[in-house]
Amino acid sequence: MTADYELVVECCLLAGRLMMESGAETYRAEDTMDRMAVSQELTESQSFVTPTGIIFSGNKNLPTRLVRIKARTTDLGKIALVNNVSRKLTFGDITIEEAYSELKQIDKGHETFPLWIKVAAAAIASGAFLLLYGGRLMDVSTALLAGGIGYAIADRLEVRTRVKFFAEFLAAMFVTIIAILSVSSGLGIEIDKIIIGSVMPLVPGLLITNAVRDLMAGHFVSGLSKGAEAFLTAFAIGAGVALIISL
Amino acid sequence: MIYITQGILSFIAAMAFGVVFNAPKKSLFYCGIGGMTGWIVYMCVNQLNQDQVGASFAGAFTVAFVSHIMSKKFKMPMIIFSVAGIIPLVPGGTAYNAMRHVVEKDYATALEFGSQALLISGAIAMGLVFAEIITQLWVKAFLRLKTKP
Repeated sequence: MTADYELVVECCLLAGRLMMESGAETYRAEDTMDRMAVSQELTESQSFVTPTGIIFSGNKNLPTRLVRIKARTTDLGKIALVNNVSRKLTFGDITIEEAYSELKQIDKGHETFPLWIKVAAAAIASGAFLLLYGGRLMDVSTALLAGGIGYAIADRLEVRTRVKFFAEFLAAMFVTIIAILSVSSGLGIEIDKIIIGSVMPLVPGLLITNAVRDLMAGHFVSGLSKGAEAFLTAFAIGAGVALIISL
Repeated sequence: MIYITQGILSFIAAMAFGVVFNAPKKSLFYCGIGGMTGWIVYMCVNQLNQDQVGASFAGAFTVAFVSHIMSKKFKMPMIIFSVAGIIPLVPGGTAYNAMRHVVEKDYATALEFGSQALLISGAIAMGLVFAEIITQLWVKAFLRLKTKP
């Protein structure tokens, strides 16, 4: 039976890692891991989840395991898939082996929107935000262009350089350059509104709300570190915009 | 009239953000609905008392409440519906103004905008948490009523 329990621990760790990598709340990852463990008769399991690593202990006989979380993105589809597997396992619809292979499958890759659709969505969101914040209809075309290019730059550079702050900084810089160029050439009117609308797809909204949500749930370590990440990202965007404006 | 256009725009914005965050395809429409209700409540409260902080709280509360109902209905985590709905409420404009005044070395105004942005984001988080706790209490009370004859 010991081999079986080791698989349970492995499965819980994989589920926790997948959830934290795709931007789930810390308390939800802990909750999912504990539920999965309890459903497989590991009733005394303990999990400690932070945004950069997970410590999980099955019971007093099993070795305590640790996994590192290297990259964090926002992927709501992955959270839903992992949640679905854990729900099926808890209700006893699938065995632990099946759950593990399904999680492995999710880890290998799952269906995502292609990049051009995401860029188009970011562009449309920028245009909609410009109008929501009281911008003029004439500025929409610039916001569409700037928002799409900004998001594409941030996304590609993050994959390349693995430094999120640098990617966001450069993306904000390009957004501001496009806005300034369009206003000086007479295509756009209100430079402030264009920049605010186009920068919105880069804003770390999920991180900010998750940080406070974790702090309120009593997860002070993860709350503070997520808050620091959110602050740094926001600062990088602000610095990118400010640098170009002050030139 | 303005409510209709703003409603449609916020629906589009929230749905587009659902795509950017890679939400499951069948949840996209409901992401948009959540964002729309939140934004309309925000607008109404903002027009009533001209207070962005209170309005953000009300908007976030509505978004969280609606997404809680949807998460129960579709058996998906609540975060999928709430994230896209929260984004329009994020004080991007206020934070931008703060940054802009820092660059212009007008620190007094920058501080004013900065603290307002901080208060608004705090209000959004409070709205989310309050809605979650209230729905949890409500579900618990409902279950107790059901089990007791």
